[in-house]
Amino acid sequence: MTHVLDPDALPGATPAVHAPLPPYDDVTRSDSAFRGFLHGLPGVDQVGAEARVAQLGTRSIKTTSKAWAIDTAISMVDLTTLEGADTPGKVRSLAAKARQPDPSDPACPKVAAVCVYGDLAGVARDALAGTGIHVAAVATAFPSGRASRAVKIADVRDAVENGADEIDMVIDRGAFLTGRYLDVFEEIVAVKEACGDAHLKVILETGELKTLDNVRRASWIAMLAGGDFIKTSTGKVTPAATLPVGLVMLEAVRDFRIATGRQVGFKPAGGIKTTKDAVKHLVLINETAGPDWLDPDWFRFGASSLLNDLLLQRQKLRTGHYSGPDYVSVD
Amino acid sequence: MTSLFEYAPAPESRSIVDIAPSYGLFIDGEFVDGTGEPFKTVNPATEEVLTEVSAASEADVDRAVRAARRAFEKTWGPMRPADRGKYLFRIARLLQERAREFAVLESLDNGKPIRESRDVDIPLAAAHFFYHAGWADKLEHAGLGPAPKPLGVAGQVIPWNFPLLMLAWKVAPALATGNTVVLKPAETTPLTALLFAEVCRQADLPPGVVNIVTGAGGTGRAVVEHDDVDKVAFTGSTEVGRSIARAVAGTRKKLTLELGGKAANIVFDDAPIDQAVEGIVQGIFFNQGHVCCAGSRLLVQESIHDEVIASLQRRIGTLRVGDPLDKNTDIGAINSAEQLARIRELSDIGEAEGAQRWQPACELPDRGYWFPPTVFTDVSPAHRIARDEVFGPVLSVLTFRTPDEAVAKANNSTYGLSAGIWSEKGSRILKIADQLRAGVVWANTFNKFDPTSPFGGYKQSGYGREGGRHGLAAYLKGADQ
Repeated sequence: MTHVLDPDALPGATPAVHAPLPPYDDVTRSDSAFRGFLHGLPGVDQVGAEARVAQLGTRSIKTTSKAWAIDTAISMVDLTTLEGADTPGKVRSLAAKARQPDPSDPACPKVAAVCVYGDLAGVARDALAGTGIHVAAVATAFPSGRASRAVKIADVRDAVENGADEIDMVIDRGAFLTGRYLDVFEEIVAVKEACGDAHLKVILETGELKTLDNVRRASWIAMLAGGDFIKTSTGKVTPAATLPVGLVMLEAVRDFRIATGRQVGFKPAGGIKTTKDAVKHLVLINETAGPDWLDPDWFRFGASSLLNDLLLQRQKLRTGHYSGPDYVSVD
Repeated sequence: MTSLFEYAPAPESRSIVDIAPSYGLFIDGEFVDGTGEPFKTVNPATEEVLTEVSAASEADVDRAVRAARRAFEKTWGPMRPADRGKYLFRIARLLQERAREFAVLESLDNGKPIRESRDVDIPLAAAHFFYHAGWADKLEHAGLGPAPKPLGVAGQVIPWNFPLLMLAWKVAPALATGNTVVLKPAETTPLTALLFAEVCRQADLPPGVVNIVTGAGGTGRAVVEHDDVDKVAFTGSTEVGRSIARAVAGTRKKLTLELGGKAANIVFDDAPIDQAVEGIVQGIFFNQGHVCCAGSRLLVQESIHDEVIASLQRRIGTLRVGDPLDKNTDIGAINSAEQLARIRELSDIGEAEGAQRWQPACELPDRGYWFPPTVFTDVSPAHRIARDEVFGPVLSVLTFRTPDEAVAKANNSTYGLSAGIWSEKGSRILKIADQLRAGVVWANTFNKFDPTSPFGGYKQSGYGREGGRHGLAAYLKGADQ
């Protein structure tokens, strides 16, 4: 079976070979070797994973630690709009919000990135010029990923050329669920190559993978293939970023760094709407992967409505009383 | 240790509890002074004296037993079973209504984290009353004979590790089956039992049905040895259990004993490692390891030993030790100076015998009784820390190579209360569980309790079962009586 890594390569040209980091450099040598490796990862007990996140969910984060958590969470938001109805105007207004989330308080941190479809990446780049805020674009026939590899690669190149410095790709869930793990791996490798200098976030779409064992295996495929971030969901499938899924993915990035020395980021996306949800995720990182991940370089929230709730809670801490939805901007 | 994300103190308010300067005994529906020497109960996290409690003398115990006998003959015994059930439901609801008060009081008197008293002890205690309330009018359908009869007066002695929960395990089945009780709570943790006495009054429970006599060992002995007690139920140390068995031998009294344990928690190489590590932590550090069924012997397959120990140590490093009333505390205070001394002694012996002691870097409060979570590796089955019950946050790690060896080592104990198996392979779990001589075997979990599930031991862990249908039998006359 041959795998075309570069759709533009001429027949007969040597495909690019990507070997994972040691000590895993030989696990992708064949379909069966890769399958053996992935199925040899420790299983995940669903009941136990749910019990663990339920216990962490009882952590009581108050006063100064809550203030720190809210500001940190704001600085980790990938402020997202992924609608068919998106326009340059919508993206510019989102970019303005990203730069200054709370106009009433200049001390409010800015968000980490704005996340849009690839064709609007240029609008976002122009609107965010000089701010240090990243431009993330979804690509690879997002959200379904059902297109030929050549189309996906072209999609990525287009987004990068438009100005995205972060690419959020989707894995081929069809290939994963039929057990063609090497196909999934090689596609990520190819996308990573097409990204050039842009950071690659690999969306597993865990709501379609269903089991936590699958989540762990897909996480490892993405990390071995060179993904810079692993991300739960597109936001178009329910359930999206659940806490048990977050737990398993954080265990994966933790274990991968222990084994290879390379740190991979984590981005839950979809379904995180309240400050309470966000704080639960920060606690989960803190006590699973550890404080090294408590940084926008290593952790992001893919969210849209979350930001306004964070701002309202932030105002409440600052002023001592709750305001209403009219005290934050509508996007 | 500083961290990027410090959790600010989140203390549960203690203003909800109102601790009186002194407490009497609860006999025949009234609070009365005892005639023994009163004693003080302290908060083990601070050594602050919480209050003074009456001690029951033999004469006080006799009054309590006579009150229980009267209630058995005049009110509780003749009462319609459905009405007895109503009282139990009422008590269960009151426990729920006053849950926060009970939880705070339990953490103050016992030293356990509020997270555990709030999420485990109190809800489970209420669940035991709800469960047994349902049985009260259905006993003829329990498979224990066509018309099972109560025994009479039950004398019950409970330990300090789960004060209210152990009370519930004892009182709920006794009342549901039509018996009346005289209960002695542990000397170091009498307060929630006394608050429970208040709940009995609030529920209008007829006088004498529940009597609570506080005191030390002498009071317990008086309860156990009283001639008019028909049934003795004890949870506590094997040593005391043995002396109770001697005292009861040759009498008509029925006896159940729930004693010590040295449970094996067996982790196979095909286990879900992250959840197994959680289970190991839950198994030995839950309630500071003051758990008779604690998974104090970790049996880990040699091929994954290093990986499991590394994960375990990392996880233990995140445990938060400190103020029991802080909602983020994972490990609270050791219940008493005496218990702390025993944990220290056995740990020192472990080190002297050649095992490797590991403890995370953690700051312990200056006052109160504290012991950090501790793991001993290189433990051999001959070491005392592999055989004796420490009853503290101390884990002994042993290894095995094959399933047969795991079973042999797990069963190589004078105890047999509980065990745990971690494996993703269902057939293996069933086979190993069948070979383990332990009253409770958990698979891919640990320290999970439910009122519907019988609990009890093999060998020196005692006899009789509590909870479930089996637990009812301990409070009913057999076909031959």
